[in-house]
Amino acid sequence: MATQHSRAAARLMISPAVGVLLIWMIVPLAMTLWFSFQQYNLLYPDRTGFAGWDNYRYFVTDFRFGAAIRNTLVLVLGVLAITTIGGILLALLLDQPFRGQGIVRLLVLAPFFVMPTVSALVWKNMFMNPVNGFFGHIAQAFGAQAGFDFLGQAPLMSVIIMVAWQWLPFATLILLTALQSLDREQIEAAEMDGAGAWSRFVYIVLPHMTRAITVVILIQTIFLLSVYAEILVTTNGGPGTASLNLPFLVYLASIVDNDVGMGAAGGVIAIILANIVAFFLMRAIGKNLET
Amino acid sequence: MARAVSARRSLLTGILAWTIGLVIFFPILWIVVLSFKSEGDAIAAPLAMLRAPWTFEAYAEVQERSDYFKHFWNSVVISVGSTLIGLLIAIPAAWAMAFVPGRRTKDLLMWMLSTKMMPAAGVLVPMYLIFRDFGLLDTLAGLVGVLTLINLPIIVWMLYTYFKEIPGEILEACRMDGADLKREILYILAPMAVPGIASTLLLNVILAWNEAFWTLRLTASDAAPLTAFIASYSSPEGLFYAKLSAASVMAIAPILILGWFSQKQLVRGLTFGAVK
Amino acid sequence: MTFTLRALLGASAAVCLATAALAETTTITVATVNNGDMIRMQGLMDDFYAKHPDIKVEWVTLEENELRQRVTTDIATKGGQFDVLTIGTYEVPIWGKQGWLVSLNDLPADYDADDLLPAIRGGLTVDGNLYASPFYGESSMVMYRTDLMEKAGLKMPEAPTWADIKAAAAGMTDKDAGIYGICLRGKAGWGENMAFLTAMSNSFGAKWFDMDWKPQFDGQPWKDTLTFYLDLMTNYGPPGASNNGFNENLALFQQGKCGMWIDATVAASFVTGKDSTVADKVGFALAPDNGLGKRGNWLWAWSLAIPAGTQKADAAKTFVNWATNKDYLALVASKEGWANVPPGTRSSLYANPEYAKIPFAKMTIDSINTADPTKPTVDPVPYVGVQFVAIPEFQGIGTAVGQQFSAVLAGTTSLEDGLAAAQDLTTREMTKAGYLK
Repeated sequence: MATQHSRAAARLMISPAVGVLLIWMIVPLAMTLWFSFQQYNLLYPDRTGFAGWDNYRYFVTDFRFGAAIRNTLVLVLGVLAITTIGGILLALLLDQPFRGQGIVRLLVLAPFFVMPTVSALVWKNMFMNPVNGFFGHIAQAFGAQAGFDFLGQAPLMSVIIMVAWQWLPFATLILLTALQSLDREQIEAAEMDGAGAWSRFVYIVLPHMTRAITVVILIQTIFLLSVYAEILVTTNGGPGTASLNLPFLVYLASIVDNDVGMGAAGGVIAIILANIVAFFLMRAIGKNLET
Repeated sequence: MARAVSARRSLLTGILAWTIGLVIFFPILWIVVLSFKSEGDAIAAPLAMLRAPWTFEAYAEVQERSDYFKHFWNSVVISVGSTLIGLLIAIPAAWAMAFVPGRRTKDLLMWMLSTKMMPAAGVLVPMYLIFRDFGLLDTLAGLVGVLTLINLPIIVWMLYTYFKEIPGEILEACRMDGADLKREILYILAPMAVPGIASTLLLNVILAWNEAFWTLRLTASDAAPLTAFIASYSSPEGLFYAKLSAASVMAIAPILILGWFSQKQLVRGLTFGAVK
Repeated sequence: MTFTLRALLGASAAVCLATAALAETTTITVATVNNGDMIRMQGLMDDFYAKHPDIKVEWVTLEENELRQRVTTDIATKGGQFDVLTIGTYEVPIWGKQGWLVSLNDLPADYDADDLLPAIRGGLTVDGNLYASPFYGESSMVMYRTDLMEKAGLKMPEAPTWADIKAAAAGMTDKDAGIYGICLRGKAGWGENMAFLTAMSNSFGAKWFDMDWKPQFDGQPWKDTLTFYLDLMTNYGPPGASNNGFNENLALFQQGKCGMWIDATVAASFVTGKDSTVADKVGFALAPDNGLGKRGNWLWAWSLAIPAGTQKADAAKTFVNWATNKDYLALVASKEGWANVPPGTRSSLYANPEYAKIPFAKMTIDSINTADPTKPTVDPVPYVGVQFVAIPEFQGIGTAVGQQFSAVLAGTTSLEDGLAAAQDLTTREMTKAGYLK
């Protein structure tokens, strides 16, 4: 329906945003690509030159690379599972009438505002430390010598718990809002027809929330693929490679090793993998976003 | 009978919901408590810790050591500034995408979002070199720029999904009435778009406030925001639970309070038109 | 928006005016670690400003690793964000060789470089140039609970062997009472568990590389080192040790949960300080040995250096001189007492009878004096550094190896697999870096 005139206007309007994004994408991406083929270690300013595929080869043949890919997927899927399922359950609960609904909603929402570094520091020191952390103290009060050694024995799980804690509020909030827009009469009608709570949930509530769930998964995936602060503060990817993910491996290469070339190669690989994930994600759930 | 049942059910729901709410909130509550204890008491067992005297010691020390208000102000400038500039760029783009979609609009959006998945660490040195050459290191302008660019994809996408929910017929109708583009935006679109813009703004202020890679790596002292303030209290030699708690409370309180007060507006945009 | 912009413009104009009025003031940016002695210095700046009203100091205080990475990026790209850097004995030889640091040989006479402890000074000197001025120095030593030793009917020698340590750990452990015989570092990191393990391995006759830069994790000495370490930690160590670094162990010791702790000498002022529940029951001994002629103690000095690119080298030197001069030690002593003076840098401090009264003073200086970064191991090695190898690759390799050993301690990897992985990854990195053909 749009006229020739408004199409032209639209292009004009779209251009600054796209232009800025292009610069953001192109300039650092071009530099990253360039460096990924260079021999460039910050601590060896005189050793420079074309490196060919060396950086890529070293990055993918690193014995930690496989673990990093696996852990990245486990982390993303684990957090998604906890936050989506937990979010649906919590949303259903908070949708019921009870005293102090508003306050409980604020309490549940709070972790979303906490800086990732703060959250990781607090979980690591004040909660998961087996001797002086909260859980450790509780275990000792019950006669154990010490609490469970979260970061040593279940490092990836611990990181998943921390990250899920931060993202559960986000999921709950969106799903709750979706739930509240549900037509009550439809539910009541189904109830009259003798539909049980489970079938009401499966046939009416869940389809209604599909789109909100899609949004939760999509947005979270974008952020979860690049989780790194929580790992840096708590386990540093260890013990061994137990909690090492791809962004953290890139961090190790470019910042701990000061190997800009290899860090850049890792960055390029991570972008490619992220785009593959995004592609499949859109294939799988993207149609839910159509109105 | 029915009433009695539902009252009991509501009580049970209430107890369950409150329990879960408090469990989720507990870590935050706990650091607030720890922040009012002395360092020695803060690592004691919970009961002994709660019985120990309350004190402002940790806050006093943090206040003495760090220029909290400088960091706070930098955080405000960076998060609000980057969001405002981001909106300025994104609103026209999202408007155009939503109302005059082309064949490639969806792809363009996906591509924008995928730029967010670039691991920051891999780009640090290239960015650092650009910043050095343009004299942007440790400046608020530089950080505002970086955070604008980082959050722009999300801003564009949120606005796009929100704008798409605005019925196109209204625009068609006023076009018939001869309203020009400027009026169309000013009088028809803007009032309907305000809630979406407001929530986009809020979400991005929160994301920018909590961004801890670039804000730490590209600043030294002048432009250092609250994330740098926190980094000076994490794991020093000696006991640090109380001071870290106090600093954490000071760093998250402003954004938490903002978030609480604006949660209704926040939700509206977070749902991305998922709810009609 | 317009209003904000105007306000901002106004503010910057005001800033410009203010700068113009105080044109003579030089502002220097000092990057520092968030450790106690550095924080204390920030509280004593009135003295500096009284003496040098024309210099203003801006602090950037960060957690150790964050600081190291931040400063490395800046100096390597010549970003010029800092005028004074706080760096350690690991960075100084590498950066000095690169020409990234300003030589401090021309500090004023009252700096008295000859007063610096020789071991420390040697670690900060490259080709005759002092490239960093030590702010505080440390070695490592044994800290133990005198009351628990007495209860166990044991006596700690002043210079124990590893066998003595094991006997003491066994005697003091009482897990039901929450007392662990020994606390050692287990958290992965080249400056965490690898600092301890590398120093320990020296006393077992192990080394990182032979004279051809070939990694040595496949040899018997490293296996002995780790076997002994694992034996100590699994039988007498605290739970969750694979995540314990300096801080976690300090907290445990201060709460009376450790019988022994082998760690940095600076810890002595904490375990005898006000937050400690065992302050009056701590004894000190030299780091243990195995009769091979090397003790398992390290050497480290947090030092102030000036990056070569700075425009404000003079003001920076003035500051460095103030902060690491003998007068500064006296200033801290007069304001906060001798126990809080930054230790381990100057001979004159240890000659001071007032300071000698501090219970850990003698053991600190003895420990520092027995460490030799230029001859760290039993066999000759091509590198400098006691608990590290002063080559740029060490941060990455040390951290990766540290992760393997941390996994061994956590029980998720076997000792053999951990050592084999360490050997493989070190060989790979050294080949990549061009040391090995």
